[in-house]
Amino acid sequence: MMQGGLAGAVFGLIQRDLLLTWRRRADIATTLLFFVIVATLFPLGVGPEPAVLRTIAPGVLWIAALLSCFLSLGRLFATDYQDGTLEQMLLTPHPLAALVLGKIAAHWLVSGLPVVVLSPLIGLQFGLSGGAIAILTFSLLLGTPTLSLVGSIGAALTLGIRGGNLLSALLVLPLFIPVLIFGAGAVASSESGMGAEGHLSLLGACVVLAIPFAPWATAAALRIAVE
Amino acid sequence: MKTDRMNWFQWSSPQAFYPLAGKLIPWFACVSMVCLAAGLYMGFLVAPTDFQQGDSYRIIFVHVPAAWMSMFLYVVMAGWAAVGLGLKARPSFMMAQAIAPTGALFTFLALFTGAFWGKPTWGAWWVWDARLTSELILLFQYAGVMLLHASIDDLRRADRASAVLALVGVVNVPIIYFSVRWWNTLHQGASISVTAAPKMAATMLAAMGIMALGFWMYSAAVTLLRVRCIILERERHASWVQIERVS
Repeated sequence: MMQGGLAGAVFGLIQRDLLLTWRRRADIATTLLFFVIVATLFPLGVGPEPAVLRTIAPGVLWIAALLSCFLSLGRLFATDYQDGTLEQMLLTPHPLAALVLGKIAAHWLVSGLPVVVLSPLIGLQFGLSGGAIAILTFSLLLGTPTLSLVGSIGAALTLGIRGGNLLSALLVLPLFIPVLIFGAGAVASSESGMGAEGHLSLLGACVVLAIPFAPWATAAALRIAVE
Repeated sequence: MKTDRMNWFQWSSPQAFYPLAGKLIPWFACVSMVCLAAGLYMGFLVAPTDFQQGDSYRIIFVHVPAAWMSMFLYVVMAGWAAVGLGLKARPSFMMAQAIAPTGALFTFLALFTGAFWGKPTWGAWWVWDARLTSELILLFQYAGVMLLHASIDDLRRADRASAVLALVGVVNVPIIYFSVRWWNTLHQGASISVTAAPKMAATMLAAMGIMALGFWMYSAAVTLLRVRCIILERERHASWVQIERVS
């Protein structure tokens, strides 16, 4: 058993969060169903023209992924805050940012990853080609961790505030915009023959920047919320 | 022994800062009015007509300084937020809170005047160009900082939470500034550069500089006015405020 060490604490936290989510499997199902339904609404609203659907598909899937990630962010710290676990986390000798990173990783595993896995299926429904689906899935794989990382800042800032979830949306969605632009742009630029490398590199840069900075900001916000 | 150096920290108490702000406001306001009058006169009447764009280009005398101020004020707001978080100084948070509405105003003004320039020049009120979009995000960020502050009842937490949000949003400022260079977009590149010779007539440049100074001084005056209101509101139970009210 890894005991006492920082890695042990972080992995223990991830394990605990995954177990908690597994006990409430309906939450994962809600997020995924939301993703599918939002994506399904677009062909019904815009009309089933295949050429139009193929053009809007990357954007639609990205927005659906963004909203469904957002839907589950409210639960990231809320239950821990209510039952006092968060205060215990603050009292541990480990750096809070590392523990927060563990919680974010667990959040991505149960809300981001399932969306990535499901996206090729939705891509097929929108009539995307095999290559486009591959790039779209890869862009989601690279981009959704950034959504969880940046979203955690909003979730921590609005912890315990009335109407906090809606407010968190207003705070964080503007910060999601670059990820949306690069992610949806990757597919569009590969379709137009320019190659997706540029956009994918920028997505990768976003996540590399977010991994050290976002947990740090979230930890600061959590300290403000709890004290 | 008294040193000659001024102790800046003496202004970090609201009680000391309140009268100082009151003394500074008229100066900033006067300079701002003179600059804005002179800048508008030069911009609209003296500066030559552009050979390509005709007279419609004259909106830049409001548009460009407003856009500068929108970014500059965000950085200043984030700077005060950082000082507040680092030194736990209450007036810093008050300054950050007081700057936000003025910053949002200039962001809106930059977008609004940009739309009026875009219609005759590009043929559209709005295009989804990198600079326009990132400036719009800046407006959302100002709104987010103000909304977060307004939503939290505990003032101490409201100050610090909105300070963290303001600091996180700073990443957008360089994106706006460099967007025209990083992406090939419709919005033209910078007309003024420190390193290259100006691409516009000297009067245009002077008018724009004077307008920017006017906006800057206006921001200072309005921010100080607002910070005085915030101080009175927050310190209303302090004895010096009671004395101030009587006198």
